Order: sequence, then structure tokens, then C-alpha cells
Amino acid sequence: MKAGSKVRAVRYGPVSLRLHPRALAVGAALLLVALAVALVNLTSGDFPLPASDVLRSLVGQGDAGTDFIVLELRLPRVLLTLLVGAALGAGGAVFQSLTRNPLGSPDFVGITVGAATGALVVMLILGGGGVQVATGAVIGCVATSVGIYLLAFRRGAQPFRLVLMGVGVSALLEAFNSYLIYRGRLDEAMAAQVWQIGSVNGRTWTEVTIVGVAVAVLLPIALYYGRQLTMLSLGDEMAVLHGVPVERSRIVLALAAVGLAAGATAAAGPIAFVALAAPPLAARLTRSPGAGILPAAMMGAALLTAGDWAAQHTLPGDDIPVGIITAALGGVYLTWLLIHERRTRG
Amino acid sequence: MTQTAAVAGPARARTRRRMTGLLIGLAALAVAVVLSIAVGSRFIGPAEVWRVLWNDDGSPSAVIVHQLRLPRTALAIGVGAALGLAGTLMQALTRNPLAEPGLLGVNLGASTGVVIAIAFLGVGSATGYVWFAFLGAALTSAIVFALGGSGRAATPERQVLAGVSFTAVLGAIVWAVLVTRRDAFDKYRHWDVGSLSDRETDTLVQVAPFLVVGILLALALGGRLNALGMGDESATALGAHPGRIRVLGIVAITLLCGAATAACGPLWFIGLAVPYIARMFTGADHRWILVYALVLGPTLLLVSDVAGRVLVSPAELPVGVVTAFLGAPLFIALCRRRKLRLL
Repeated sequence: MKAGSKVRAVRYGPVSLRLHPRALAVGAALLLVALAVALVNLTSGDFPLPASDVLRSLVGQGDAGTDFIVLELRLPRVLLTLLVGAALGAGGAVFQSLTRNPLGSPDFVGITVGAATGALVVMLILGGGGVQVATGAVIGCVATSVGIYLLAFRRGAQPFRLVLMGVGVSALLEAFNSYLIYRGRLDEAMAAQVWQIGSVNGRTWTEVTIVGVAVAVLLPIALYYGRQLTMLSLGDEMAVLHGVPVERSRIVLALAAVGLAAGATAAAGPIAFVALAAPPLAARLTRSPGAGILPAAMMGAALLTAGDWAAQHTLPGDDIPVGIITAALGGVYLTWLLIHERRTRG
Repeated sequence: MTQTAAVAGPARARTRRRMTGLLIGLAALAVAVVLSIAVGSRFIGPAEVWRVLWNDDGSPSAVIVHQLRLPRTALAIGVGAALGLAGTLMQALTRNPLAEPGLLGVNLGASTGVVIAIAFLGVGSATGYVWFAFLGAALTSAIVFALGGSGRAATPERQVLAGVSFTAVLGAIVWAVLVTRRDAFDKYRHWDVGSLSDRETDTLVQVAPFLVVGILLALALGGRLNALGMGDESATALGAHPGRIRVLGIVAITLLCGAATAACGPLWFIGLAVPYIARMFTGADHRWILVYALVLGPTLLLVSDVAGRVLVSPAELPVGVVTAFLGAPLFIALCRRRKLRLL
């Protein structure tokens, strides 16, 4: 056994916990990185502020002007980025473990495209906004998940087939989405398109609440049931032998992951590839075979915050949607993954 | 019965089957053409169509037929043939039953070229951006083929994923350009959805030379694709040059996909479905599959286009939406099979 995967048991009265020191250390380090980048994001913008002023505002000691910029304009966006990143990372980790496939993340199996369809229907056909769009996204997300699950899981679970079903369903929904955008009025269509790419621009406390609630409720559930993921990944028979209620754990975990993805997408749109890339990157740092959910969540937060910084600084004077940055980097990562996997197999 | 007759019997039966299938295909194409000219927001009866077709008397029907429906039908025939042939070539070269210009990202590669042309270079007409479409299509097909592994084939699924991942990168580039440019976005969204309507009337004329060269090249490759299907060693032993065949194949795919995409936007499904249907009649002989593709591609695209005009009448569903809704179920059904057979 490698030095990195040491487990320490902590017992305190009737409570016992298994701690993975390295996973915790990596999680804490990633959280610090995410917070540091978040602080940088709070200081930068059209009106640069020194970090000391920002910190003073955060603890309630700033002057009115700085307070307005930091607390009203920038803080919702920064918090949203952190929370959405965490939700995507955690959801991705659960999905990848359940499907036993590095490609089995919510953005790749088409779930977030379904969320986009739901949101676009609300935006462009029903003419709703704000919370209604978020509701539409959640409905679309859940409906698509159920559909893909039913398509892929006939005659036994086939994780790779799940990914391919996702590709097929995505293609269908994307065509429908581009039709909605095609028939909309130009301004609405453009707003819908930006939403569809995934963006944290111009978000308010409403969206922060949506994803905040999702993370606060579902992340603990995912963490609690996630302890059994290692057992589940050994195969159903082994898991049953070790006393894991297989079906219940799997369904609870899948629902929690769909909920996390739905919350993140409802708040920020279908941001691509964070859910795909965060868990394996975190697993590399923790040197464990499966990604821990907590390190993956922190990695997601760090990645998306860094991506948002890049989105604000890539084109001078332009604030491009963060989804563009993650799609570009994620596509490169995925291409590398495919080449690498083929080499190691061949 | 002599031995030759015993061998010739099934061969003759197969040829008869192939001829019958081709005749059915041609009949279906004829029906599709008639429908495409007759059906629309204003229905024109077949007799009326026939009359104004030869006698452009300036009546409303004649104007509709000559100005709108004939060019649109001709464009669908050209683009459908191109996509059908391109799909056949891709499936033969990769030996992958899921290979398809849309799925593997070649059409989006062409799109990326077009977007860059529209947004940065101010190119406005199909004559101008067809070159950028070619460039994008050529680069993408080369990259996706390399990723999927050329000689020792990777699994069909993996190749699709390579296409999807590369598509994501291209999509990101496209949107990075478009979200900041309102006018380019407006042009692009009408083109991206995949549509045969509101194209400039001379679009077909502009892309026709490329289509013709691509089609001829594809048809000429038929026999060599058969040799390639036996594996590189056997093909070399038979005197074929696998490398040369692949390069010629990619050139043909580039011409066909680039021209088709420049004319109507990225469409998928035609390239997936056509070889699949053709093989049901022809078996594995690519000389026949390619001829079938030439007939089936236009038929499918015309039928999809007519369906798009009828389904939400009086409005119109762009043909790209119709083909996606037909293609996704086919793709899903193919993937649901227990194991995909390599071609």
C-alpha cells in the first residue's frame, strides 16, 4: 500500500470516523487555492481594489463605495463560482464512481444539455426569467436523467453505453436548443445562447441561494453515502458481502449527484467539463484510485474560480462566459485522456 | 448442375437484389422530388407542377416553383448526395459503423472555419467562406482520424468520443467569437441550425464544382475501399496502397463535407443512416454502397425537408432539426446493440 493512502481511525465515544489524512490535506489545500483566487477575483474588475480594502469590506469595516462594489456586485459572482464548482466536482465524482468510467460525468452524459433545454423553453417560449428559468433547468435535468437511465439500463447496467446514450440524447437536445435559438428574437436568443454556454456574469443572490441550498443539502448526503462507493466499485457481489445496501446506496447517490448538477446548472447554466475533469485531477493529488468526493468538490471550486479569472482576462475589455474557457480546456483534457488511455491499453 | 452455375446462382440473385433495391431507391427519390416541389406553405398539385415546370408563365405557382422550390430541391439533392457519400467513406475508412461527418465533428470543423471567416474577415457569401469550410473540415478530419487510430482501429465508440471531445474545443472557439459579435451571431444562428430555406439562390452553383469533384472521387474509390476492408496487409498484397487510399478518402470527405456545410450548415444523420440502409441491400461491396448513397442521401434529405415544412405548418422546421430527431434514435438504437461489429 502506498504511503499516501493511509487511513487513520478516530474514535470518540460511540462515534468513529475513518480519516484519510492525505485526502483531507489535499482538500484543505485546494480550498485555500480556491479562496485565494476568489479573493483575486474580488479585487479585480473595471474598478480595481486593493486586497486590504476588500477584506475590510468582507468583515463589515469598509466604506460605502467599496461595500457596494464588493458585497453587491462581486461577491455573489465569486460565491456562485465557488459553489457551482464544488457542486459540479462532487456530482462528477459520484457519477464517475457509479458508472466506473472517467467519461461518466453529468455534463458528458447529456444531463446538463437537458437542463439547458428546460431553461431555454422557459426563456424563449414561456418568456420567464430568474427563478422560473432555474426551475425549468431542474425539471429538464431530472427528466433527461431518467430518460437516459431508462435507455441505457435495459438488460443490465452498461456504463459505457450510458455515455453513448448521453451522446445521442445530447445531439437530439442540442438540435432542439439551436432551433429554439434560431426562432427567438435576436436579443433573447443571444441571452439564451450565453446562458447555454454557462456563465456567472450578472448573477444575483437568488442564484447563489439556489446552488447554495443544493450544496448544503446534497453534499452531506453524497459524502455520507459516498463512503460506500469504494465497496460499490468492487462490484455488486462484493458490496453485498460487505453489508452495503447496494440498490439504495446507488439510487440515493445518483439522485444526489443529479440534484447537484441540476442546482449548479440552474444557477450558472451548463458549464462544461468541470464535472469531468475535477475528480480525476483531485484523485491524482490524493494518490487514491477513486476520487474522494470532498477533494473533487474543492478541485471543482478551484478550477471554476480560476476559469472565471481567465474568462475576465482573456479578451481585453470583454467578459466572456466562463463556459467557453472550461470547454476549451476540458476538450483538450479529454482528447489527452483518450490518447493516453489508448496508449496504456495498446 | 456444374460448379460454376452453383457459384453464379447466388451471385446473380445478389445482383438482382441490388438492382431491385436501387430501382426502389430511384422511385423513392422521384417521389421525394415531386413532394419537395409540390408541398409547402402553398400546396401545388402535381398536374400544376408539371405544367409550370415546362411553361414558366409568370403565375404565382410558376414563381414559387421556379424561384423557391426548384433551387431548394436541387440544393437538397446535391447536399444529400454529398453527406451520404461522405458518411459512407468515413465508415469505410475507419471501419466504424458510427462514423459520420456530424458526429465526428468534421461538419463543425467546417463551421468553425466559416465562423472565423464571417466574424474576422468579413466574408459574406458562400463562394468566400467555402474555402474556410474546406480548411476547417480538412484539419478536423485529419485530427479525428489520427485520434481514433488509423490502421489498428480503436473501438467505434472511442472514435465517436474523440470526435465529441474535439467538437467541444471547436464549439468553444466558435462561441468565444460569437458572443461578442451581434451581427455574426445573428448570421450564424440561422446557418448553424441546418436549413435549406433562405439560402441565396446561387448557393448550389457556388459549391457545385466542389461537390462534383468530391462525388466523382468518392465513386472512383469504391473498389479500393473493398480492398482496404480486408485489412492493410491484404490490401497491400492485392496491390492497393492503404496510405494513398486514406489520403484520397480524406480529400473527398473534405470536399463533400466542406461544400455541404458551407451551403446548408452542419447537418447530421444523413451520413449515418445512408450507409446503414444501403448495406441492407448491397452487403459489403462499396462500389454498390456508394451508388446507393448517391440515391439515398438526396432522398432522405428531401423527405426530412418536406417533413419540416409540413410538421409545424404554416411555420417551418429547419431540416437540421428534423434530421437530428431522426438520427438520434437511430444512433441510440445502434449503440444499444450488445456489441458493435466492426465493419
